Amino acid sequence: MKRSITRLLMAPSVIMLLVWMIIPLSMTIYFSTIRYNLLYPGQNNFVGLMNFEFFITDPGFIPAVSNTLILLLSVLIITVVLGVMLSALIDKPFFGQGIVRVLLISPFFIMPTVNALIWKNMMMNPVYGIFAWISESLGFEPIDWLSSYPLMSVIIMVSWQWLPFAILVFVTALQSQDTEQKEAAQMDGATGWHIFRYLTIPHLARPIAVVVMIETIFLLAVFAEIFVSTGGGPGYDSTNLAYLIYNQALLQYDVGVASAGGLFAVLLANIVAFFLIRAVGKNLTV
Amino acid sequence: MTYLAITDLQKHYDSYHALRGINLSITEGEFVVFVGPSGCGKSTLLRTIAGLESSTGGSIELDGRDITEVASSKRDLAMVFQSYALYPHMTVADNLSFALRLAKVSDAEIKEKVRSVSASLQLDALLERKPKELSGGQRQRVAIGRAIVRQPKVFLFDEPLSNLDAALRVQMRLELARLHKKLGTTMIYVTHDQVEAMTLADRVVILNAGQIEQVGTPLELYRQPNSRFVAEFIGTPKMNLIAANKIIRQEETLAIELLGQQIHFPANRLKGPLPDSVVVGIRPEHMSLVESGGDLTGRIELVEHLGSEAYAHLQLSSDQTIIIKAPARTELKDGQEVSLKIDISEMILFNKNDRVISVIPEEV
Ligand SMILES: Nc1ncnc2c1ncn2[C@@H]1O[C@H](COP(=O)(O)OP(=O)(O)OP(=O)(O)O)[C@@H](O)[C@H]1O
Ligand SMILES: [Mg+2]
Repeated sequence: MKRSITRLLMAPSVIMLLVWMIIPLSMTIYFSTIRYNLLYPGQNNFVGLMNFEFFITDPGFIPAVSNTLILLLSVLIITVVLGVMLSALIDKPFFGQGIVRVLLISPFFIMPTVNALIWKNMMMNPVYGIFAWISESLGFEPIDWLSSYPLMSVIIMVSWQWLPFAILVFVTALQSQDTEQKEAAQMDGATGWHIFRYLTIPHLARPIAVVVMIETIFLLAVFAEIFVSTGGGPGYDSTNLAYLIYNQALLQYDVGVASAGGLFAVLLANIVAFFLIRAVGKNLTV
Repeated sequence: MTYLAITDLQKHYDSYHALRGINLSITEGEFVVFVGPSGCGKSTLLRTIAGLESSTGGSIELDGRDITEVASSKRDLAMVFQSYALYPHMTVADNLSFALRLAKVSDAEIKEKVRSVSASLQLDALLERKPKELSGGQRQRVAIGRAIVRQPKVFLFDEPLSNLDAALRVQMRLELARLHKKLGTTMIYVTHDQVEAMTLADRVVILNAGQIEQVGTPLELYRQPNSRFVAEFIGTPKMNLIAANKIIRQEETLAIELLGQQIHFPANRLKGPLPDSVVVGIRPEHMSLVESGGDLTGRIELVEHLGSEAYAHLQLSSDQTIIIKAPARTELKDGQEVSLKIDISEMILFNKNDRVISVIPEEV
């Protein structure tokens, strides 16, 4: 009796969430199996798996998958490693700690589009960017980052955007680290490095897992930075899956293939999540 | 021979003077207990000895070496913390061997040391567990074991038993005493539990507001407190204190007027000049009930039966109550009028600055 009432009361939100998820998913599945090109309206016949075939055989497909994975892994490594080191550095009280922390966190509040514009125009521009100015004043040729190293440029931008998130999580976690444990280790003869290695890193295991999982969700779908800065190019050098899908749907007006790509992205996300969570869970959890 | 010498040690926090000139010398193998009220600086003193806080003046010398500025890891001391501070991600065995591994001791030696320590603390069966899978008492033993494996020069304990329940605390107290006997290593122990202090210590250091109030064996502190602070701090129930405003010197004795009745105190036990007023201190067990003609009379307010003994709270006057010890199966009833005899030889006098001004006679 009691349980049926609870279920009844919970039903609206559960149904709402299901609908919220199921409708777009089933529409995507449906679109992926029909011919659905905006240039040829009305010809929406069933085509089976042909859209998938088109998407997978697209010349951009292999680069897009590998770019997605490279982007994901590089940003994860950069943000976690730098994040752990920086948060350990700013954990000890020092003069101006508050300001430094705010400055370190602030990139997170900048929109991805604005972030990409800043990097594109103020930092990496070969004529008046800061990087160009630095290499010129050191007597080197300025580098056109966006066309010479497009994927690396995107990785830099996205890492800059996500590093604050990692720092925020790690700094909070470090504050809950027991000081008496550190003191005990100190008395046991541990140096700062030993304490970092044997106490701080294991203490950060869970937060690292959390950061990896949350960032994975967002990094698989990086779009604005690529759209604003490199436009996926040159060629497919900085095209990831999200950008390839956009390319299919809106530049080639093929909603069917784009939907197939979307489903593939869902699949890839699940595979990545499966391996990452297992790896993280095995190596790091307490 | 002095093993650990602390000279004029000072500690200033930003705005707070936490240690105000501590002088203390400890001989090798001694068990020294720091006690005092909360906030008096016990932990600060211990942590300064450990090197976890830097001193702002004075010096610490251990075994002939000045360690005032030496890093805590190089002082050859081991500390057991109140929260145990076990490393949560390591097994018991790894916790025990952490210091040895850092010191690059050979595997065989580590194994042997961990084995012998875990055997002596009954941790053998727990070596593969993580700290969170242990009970409080077991964690405590691991923390002690972690200190022992290193064979340090001095053990430091900061209220190590205060997180345990009463029964376990008594048991661990005994184990600590046994351990000290077996190892013979110098131990410094902080507590606010005076039973721990009295039972474990070779010498007790009483701290008050960042200064040493008195140092002595437990019995010395109990029988010959230097000040009213020590007298009140040591002993449960507390020493009774009664103000006397009229004192007359009569040849061999001092006639002290206590609540309207005169008692006679041998004048040769007074040190220093005779003050105008004194506070008389007398412990609950140094007064006895008499039929009539006692030194004090009062009305019983409450009797506390503890089984092996009883304590009676007596109202002497409108603003003075005292506690006396009575036999276990006392017939005393609430509201009863009684007469008391004071054991003058155990009575002590304080002046109005709360310093003791009488000498306790040597015990016969
Ligand atoms: N980091 C600090 N900054 C400023 N004042 C401090 C600091 N640590 C301790 N104190 C002050 O120093 C005094 C002594 O502290 P300490 O911890 O030594 O007390 P304690 O005798 O160990 O007390 P307890 O029995 O409660 O543990 C206290 O008044 C405390 O407020
Ligand atoms: Mg303390």
